[in-house]
Parts: sequence; structure tokens; C-alpha cells
Amino acid sequence: MFNGLISALQGVGRHVVNGIWRLGYASRFFAMILLSSGMSFRRIHLIIKEVYFSGVLSLIIILVSGLFVGMVLGLQGYETLQKYGSESALGTLVALSLVRELGPVLAALLFASRAGSAITAEIGLMKATEQIVAMEMMAVDPIARVVAPRFWGGVISMPLLAAMFSAMGIFGGYLVGVVMIGVDVGSFWSQMQAAVDFRTDIVNGVIKSFVFGLAVTSIALFEGYDAPPTAEGVSHATTRTVVTSSLAILALDFILTAFMFRGVS
Amino acid sequence: MTRTTLDLWVGIFVVGGLAALLVLGLKVGNLSTFNMSESYVVHADFENIGGLKPKAPVKSAGVVIGRVAEIAFDNSKYEAKVTIRIDKRYAFSKDTTASILTSGLLGEQYVGLSPGGDEAMLKDGDTFKLTQSAVVLENLIGQFLFSKGSEGGKKAEQ
Repeated sequence: MFNGLISALQGVGRHVVNGIWRLGYASRFFAMILLSSGMSFRRIHLIIKEVYFSGVLSLIIILVSGLFVGMVLGLQGYETLQKYGSESALGTLVALSLVRELGPVLAALLFASRAGSAITAEIGLMKATEQIVAMEMMAVDPIARVVAPRFWGGVISMPLLAAMFSAMGIFGGYLVGVVMIGVDVGSFWSQMQAAVDFRTDIVNGVIKSFVFGLAVTSIALFEGYDAPPTAEGVSHATTRTVVTSSLAILALDFILTAFMFRGVS
Repeated sequence: MTRTTLDLWVGIFVVGGLAALLVLGLKVGNLSTFNMSESYVVHADFENIGGLKPKAPVKSAGVVIGRVAEIAFDNSKYEAKVTIRIDKRYAFSKDTTASILTSGLLGEQYVGLSPGGDEAMLKDGDTFKLTQSAVVLENLIGQFLFSKGSEGGKKAEQ
């Protein structure tokens, strides 16, 4: 009984120490990415290639999801608002929900699942097939050559994807609300324009998605770089990327919302 | 350096993202209605501003002619000091009344200006002489209940 308690405490302690160790290593890794970024920007074609892999290839899932999320918001929003005779506020509801919250958060969650997992698997596999070691052997810095371009590719792609998600969602809300249900088109747009503020809502949404991009790509790269060089290790790292990124997105969203929209009606 | 199909796709992606931001700014947000023209600032003191917020519209005859720039508390008069920015194209007489009104039953609060007949016009930095505070529902209900209560009391005395 006593021995069991001791070993349980040892297990907790080991996890805590391991967590702190990983956090320190992750911080050093992040600092190394930032330090190597200058070299990556001098070889811009590497970043453009990563924008293609993270951004362009995630476009379909982002646009389709955005459209459907907007359509659902239009439908559900109308159901609720018509009870109070305020169907004309549908535009406001759809736009504010998308621009402030759903756009950045859902786009980031999809980005973590689509691009984040791909980045981890790619880097993990490069490690498993000893490509990273080979680069080091040839005096090529793998952080500057492999990691930093992927980091900036993701960070650049994320705000653009979130903006497209929100725009597509508003179009979906318009399709359902105005075209299908018949909410007045004039009040749909005018109420939206009166309620959505460029600085408070749109710019803050873009800042949010930038922070999410930073978090997701850092987590994905770190998990890939830190993965044990085995098939099992890479698969675990990929799973961890999606789980950790999703939790990080939701936690960061809460913190950013508390800072950005405090006192805003 | 040769151009590749990849460059084309990334170009389309960037243009699409920027276009989405532009749509959000111009069509969804109020950037297109953002007033860049010159304006002048006037102040209004209210006993109670209710739920008025900075950036709330200032309307006259239903037309937006300015915005609330700042709301502060006047420590000497114990009143709310509302700073209003009005478009220079619109001139109002000195005896204009500023009231805090609500659009619809559940709508936002805004400042409504009712022009007076004075020939002198409001200038930059002036203060409205006549103001009407926001209607606070709790006060109205309280007054109604009080008057009902006193009516009941009189009937009982009779």
C-alpha cells in the first residue's frame, strides 16, 4: 500500500519534471527558429513552397467548412431571432460570430488537423530516415533549412485562411438567410456594417489567427523534431500535435478574447 | 529564375486571402462608411448615459452626422461628460438639444440632436446647454409602482 503510494507519487513527479524539461526544450527550439529566420527569408522560395503546402493545400477544407458553418449559423440564427422579431439582425449575428470567434478558431483547428499533422509527420519521418542527421553531417543547419521555412509558411498562411473562412461563412449565412429564407437583403448588410467594427472585430480576429498560426506551427514542428525516430514515435507525435494544438488554440482563444473584447458590447 | 505552377498557386492563395480581408473590411465592417472628412468636437453633460458607448452614432433626423468620441465622468458635477465628434458639413445652432435615445426596443443607444432656433452656431469645443438623459427602465417602473402604491393608499383612506 505504502510502496504503491510512493511509486504513484514518483510517477507524478516524473511527469511534472518531464513536462518542464520539454517546455524548456520547446522554448529553446522556438528561439532557434526565430534566430534562423533571417537565413530563411534570404531564401524566400523555401517559404513560398511551405505557404503552398500549408496554405494552398488546406484551402478546400477551409472554404467548404466556412461555407457550411455560415449556412448553419444563418439557419440557427434565424430560428432564434425570429422568435423576437429581429430577423434583420441575422447579418450581425453571423458576421460577429464568424469574425470574432468561429473564423479564427475553427480555421486554426482545421489547420492543425490538416497542415499541423502533415508538418509533424514530415519532420518525424525525416528524422526516422536520418535525413536531419545527414544535413548536420553536411554542415547544413536543419533548423534554418527545414524548420524555419515551415514555421513562416504556416504563420503567413493562417491569417489568410481565417479571413477566407470568415468571408466564406458570411457568404453561407447570406445564402441561407437572404436567398433561401428571405431576410431583407438591405437590413442584412446594413445591420452587419453598423455592428461590425473594423478595428475591434476584424483586426482583432486577424491578430488571433496570427497567434494561432504561431502556436500550431511551433507545436507541430517541435513534436516532429522531438519524435522518436520510429513508426510508432512518429504516429504518436502526429496525434500529440493535433491534441496539443487544439487545446492550445482553445486556451489561447479564451485569453485573447478576455484581453481584446473586454468591455466591447 | 523560372516561374513555376507553385508560384501561381501561392499567388492565387495570397490574392484570395487579401481579397477576403478586403471584403471583411469594406462589405462586413464599417470601413467603407468610415468618415475621413473633417469634424469638430462638442461636449454634452448628461445625468445618466444609460448604455451609451464610445463610437455610438450621433443622429439628427435619423441621419448619422457624427460619433461619440469619448465618455468620461465629471468629478465636479457628478455627471457624465460625452465628447461628440460631428462632421464639419453639418452645423447646429447653440440651443440644440442632445438626447440619449434607443433605436427600437432592444437596439443600441445613440445621441439624437434636435436643432433649436438660435442663429449662433456650435463651434469646436462648445458644450450643449440642453441635454436629455437616457430613459432608465428601472426608474420608470419604480415611479409607476410608487404612483400606483400612493393611489391605493388614497383609496384606502377614502
